[in-house]
Amino acid sequence: MKIVVCIKQVPDTTEVKINPVTGTIIREGIPSIMNPDDKGGLELALRLKDEFDAHVTVITMGPPQADAILREAYAMGVDRAILLTDRAFAGADTLATSHALAAAIKNLDYDLVITGRQAIDGDTAQVGPQIAEHLDLPQVSYVADAKYDGKETIRVKKETEDGYQILEATTPCVFTVLASAIKPRYMSVRGIVEAFDKEVETWTVQNITIEPEKLGGKGSPTRVKKSFAKELKQPGAVYEVTPEESVDLIIAKLKEKFII
Amino acid sequence: MDKSAYKNVYVFIEQRGGVIQPVALELLGKASELAATLGEKVVALFPGNNIASQAQTLIEYGADQVVVMDCPELNDYLTEQYAQAMYQAIMKFQPSIVLFGATTIGRDLAPRLSARLETGLTADCTKLEISEDGQLMMTRPAFGGNLMATIMCTEHRPQMSTVRPGVMRRLSADKSRKGEVITFQPEFNTAKFRVKLVETVKNDKGKIDITEAKILVSGGRGVGNKEGFDKLQALADVFGDKAVVSSSRAMVDAGIMEADRQVGQTGKTVRPDLYLACGISGAIQHLAGMEESDLIIAINKDKFAPIFNVADLGIVGDVHKIIPMLTERLKK
Repeated sequence: MKIVVCIKQVPDTTEVKINPVTGTIIREGIPSIMNPDDKGGLELALRLKDEFDAHVTVITMGPPQADAILREAYAMGVDRAILLTDRAFAGADTLATSHALAAAIKNLDYDLVITGRQAIDGDTAQVGPQIAEHLDLPQVSYVADAKYDGKETIRVKKETEDGYQILEATTPCVFTVLASAIKPRYMSVRGIVEAFDKEVETWTVQNITIEPEKLGGKGSPTRVKKSFAKELKQPGAVYEVTPEESVDLIIAKLKEKFII
Repeated sequence: MDKSAYKNVYVFIEQRGGVIQPVALELLGKASELAATLGEKVVALFPGNNIASQAQTLIEYGADQVVVMDCPELNDYLTEQYAQAMYQAIMKFQPSIVLFGATTIGRDLAPRLSARLETGLTADCTKLEISEDGQLMMTRPAFGGNLMATIMCTEHRPQMSTVRPGVMRRLSADKSRKGEVITFQPEFNTAKFRVKLVETVKNDKGKIDITEAKILVSGGRGVGNKEGFDKLQALADVFGDKAVVSSSRAMVDAGIMEADRQVGQTGKTVRPDLYLACGISGAIQHLAGMEESDLIIAINKDKFAPIFNVADLGIVGDVHKIIPMLTERLKK
């Protein structure tokens, strides 16, 4: 079995702070991490490697510094790592990103393509299903677990709002995986040491076959027209009083707003 | 592309087991507003099995036309089946705008369709407006809710977006409203149906939908543990059925509350009549999920907690003392 896992380097948005004076994001010092859902997807692939001796390739599209998450993937146990990097990809929205990644994946052997459900810097959950469409493969999103029969059927658990579904997919197929359900392994010490000597292949637009107008900013149907810090509403009064007085204040407010 | 050929505001009507989901009605409400600005119609795209009889409900909530796709292949939601039906309907009717609920179904279907249609898609929009030149302006949180971005899709059609449940408001049903029902039969390529549904399991304990509650008594780190949440539950019980206990992410990650009770960027977006934030500091990701609530009362020990920036009333104090006292007073 051959598995391709798409991963992305993202700023750790839980560490993002807003400058209270200017209302802009303080970008300095925000750590870059492997996107959590992608790491969950990578763990799923590595479990299939443990059990079925699957061959696992990771691919990321991003700037040269995204090399760091590919080394991390090596330290976790993957077999091959590809950095897809080119100025031609810059300014891509989800559709243009999915075209570039799908074109790269077409040059690899795969029975299963795994992506994270969504990346924490965009939260769109779009690139996985879009890759599946370009590769003409069936997809299951929100995957929390997968059991492979060793041949061509994979039984997956898909999380839903009010429970879960069990679905059966035949390979080749695409899964988008939830981090919350699959705890990733740690890098091994030996893996960390060896990761620095392993080869990360660098692919550019020359390594893939695709119409250039489908890539980057020109291949992106959506455009960000403006971005702005969220306006917070005018805060109400804050009181520091005894518990009894606090209860009085709350009850008065509930009456004022006809809650009681 | 000839954009003038694409007209009207379409809504994907999500149903599960034949039950129309609240988000579909909310989107019809928003679509009515957008269509009025454009001088166009609201059209409901309604795929499912044995659902045709419910078309009138969609008209009552704002649809001018309902395109019914009623066939056994669409009994359960499966990506390819629904993508084929929706793709064919979109190619035939040529919508200017298509809106989807940002549910596990909408967020699976819409990107698949956007790639098949080679058009843009904007996820989890919190605001939809029409620009002066008649284009859709889609505003969504970015960077984990730290920034807002307004996105447009000016050169491709349809313009598509997903919207989370609870963000838009439905209209009140107008029983006298008239509309047109159109039957559309998709032609399926069954060779592409390569995912099979084995079973659907519902968590009964997850019956509670925090997005539907009028009052949320919500707890964070300051509530601390299960016993703390029992105090919140006792307060919610005073209000009866309309009040539910919800939670911040920290308490879900700690295993104290179920994931379906989580409010925020990675949980649910809520806008109840009253949001009582107990021991919640108010991380930006949490605020993104509740700041549209009609009335926000916050209780927290830390007077610098960011939750106070969005609260209509802030109390610096101990939830463990105040909540039981409030419960007793309200019982009287």
